[in-house]
Amino acid sequence: MRMLRLSKIAGLAVGALLLAACSGYNGTSSVASDSYADPSGPVAGSQEDLEANVGDRIYFAFDRYDLNDAAQATLRRQGAWMKMHPSVTVLVAGNCDERGTREYNLALGARRANSAKDFLTSLGVDPARVSTISYGKERPTCMGSNEECWALNRNDITSVTGGPAS
Amino acid sequence: MRISAPARAEEPLHIVIDQGKVEPLPIALPGFIGKSQAERDTGTNIAKVISDDLERSGLFRALDPRSFIERSMDFDTLPRFNDWRIINTEALVTGQAVIQDDGRLRVEFRLWDVVRNQQLRGKKYYTTPENWRRIAHLVSDEIYTRLTGETGYFDTRVVFVQESGSKIARRKRLAIMDQDGANVSFLTDGFDMALTPRFSPTAQEVTYLSYFNNKPRVYLLNIESGQQEVVGDFPGMTFAPRFSPDGGKIIMSLDTRGNSDIYVMDLRNRRQTRLTEHPAIDTAPSYAPDSRAISFESDRSGRQQLYVMRSDGTDIRRISWGEGRYATPVWSPRGDLIAFTKMLRGRFYIGVMRPDGDPKTERLLTESFLDEGPTWAPNGRVLMFFRQTPNRRDGSGGTVRLWSVDLTGYNLREVPTLGDASDPAWSPLIK
Repeated sequence: MRMLRLSKIAGLAVGALLLAACSGYNGTSSVASDSYADPSGPVAGSQEDLEANVGDRIYFAFDRYDLNDAAQATLRRQGAWMKMHPSVTVLVAGNCDERGTREYNLALGARRANSAKDFLTSLGVDPARVSTISYGKERPTCMGSNEECWALNRNDITSVTGGPAS
Repeated sequence: MRISAPARAEEPLHIVIDQGKVEPLPIALPGFIGKSQAERDTGTNIAKVISDDLERSGLFRALDPRSFIERSMDFDTLPRFNDWRIINTEALVTGQAVIQDDGRLRVEFRLWDVVRNQQLRGKKYYTTPENWRRIAHLVSDEIYTRLTGETGYFDTRVVFVQESGSKIARRKRLAIMDQDGANVSFLTDGFDMALTPRFSPTAQEVTYLSYFNNKPRVYLLNIESGQQEVVGDFPGMTFAPRFSPDGGKIIMSLDTRGNSDIYVMDLRNRRQTRLTEHPAIDTAPSYAPDSRAISFESDRSGRQQLYVMRSDGTDIRRISWGEGRYATPVWSPRGDLIAFTKMLRGRFYIGVMRPDGDPKTERLLTESFLDEGPTWAPNGRVLMFFRQTPNRRDGSGGTVRLWSVDLTGYNLREVPTLGDASDPAWSPLIK
């Protein structure tokens, strides 16, 4: 198991290097011209680009998986960004706060991740480019046991799993 | 719980354990005798483990050995009963440890009723010297069974999730230990998140959820060999696994595009059968001990509630009707009760109810910020679960530990673990 995981991490690192190299290469695409325009900014189509310029996460109400206005706005930006970078693939991870039971939260996280995937698909993104996973309540991003943290931990976090070069 | 200590000397020594809290039965456990220092050390250790087992059950009070009057005892002669009655014990356990010429350890014990001057039980065991703890637990089971009429549960193990590291980068690995917290060993390396382990009826295998390759799937792990395999060929996340009572099937949830339903997989012919088909979350399935019914949780009513269905998926009936949300139903090995987690107004409870859903039978046993995931001792008298305490703003302070509680709600105790632990699953009695 350890071997597999290490090689997977290594593979990702190589992918990121190639991605950086390619976007410098391919000077005619809008992708590359974006990164020329701001050489200090994140590489277009990268995880950093998603986080800085698009928004990588949306939030949910307690025990809910429907998308509020803010979530829909973020997903619309994600959808447009994915169309702009047609070779990018993403993983949407659904998360829950600690105020539920473990197994139910695995199911609830799956619902949340799927809500985002359905919405992105409805915007015209190829469903094959969006995979989902649920971490239930096992991957909080905020550590306190209080309402503010619980609100932050009820989320979908989108991460880039493949790009132009991978 | 009521202990009927003999009001008249002719009544046999017996503990009645089906009602609330009572005075535990006083019992004296002098160290098992031995000729060599090694034998005496083993004998002392065995008596201590038995004493701890019985004390933790809440039904016994082991007397302080310093109060004992009779000191030099021969295993094969009668104790001086007067010397034991005078220190107000009612039961006495004597024993000896012998390391034989062939290198094997022989342990013998006798359980005495010192009020009626009579031996209640006597037995001998043979094993390798390093296996002395197991003998101690077997003796505890004999004593418990003889005095309560119930099957013991001390010669059992617990598989659980050992948690370590920061709250936002938590390592969760499977571990196994004796029910008293001794003999801990790890079953997974902690590289992939592992959750919800459950024993097979032979206690040789564990089914659990692993995030190997970032694909959450139900696995089957052989404890001895360490070999494991994915259970079934499902397109999405599989989770919440449990064995059928005969060990031939694994029941679990499958998530398909955000919808969780219950499936069963026959381990012999690999056939996968869908049991529920509903857009709600259906999860946490658990078989009745006679295999005829399955309890599970669903939010089909709008929030988490408990349901029972026939094991072919028909005749689904809701059984939880109180306020709040109900989760993690687990059928008692006796079949008479279902244990569950309940959430109500920001508090979590462990409770039990009858499978017929009569609301009057619901009984809450524990309450805290977060109590979750009950598992039954094989005799159906004791529950283990995990309890989380809240974190401070910086993430510090919170703990997750294993606790046990008697079916009556008394005798709440923390189970010793090395650091944080969750998702306990109690083994059947080890054969």
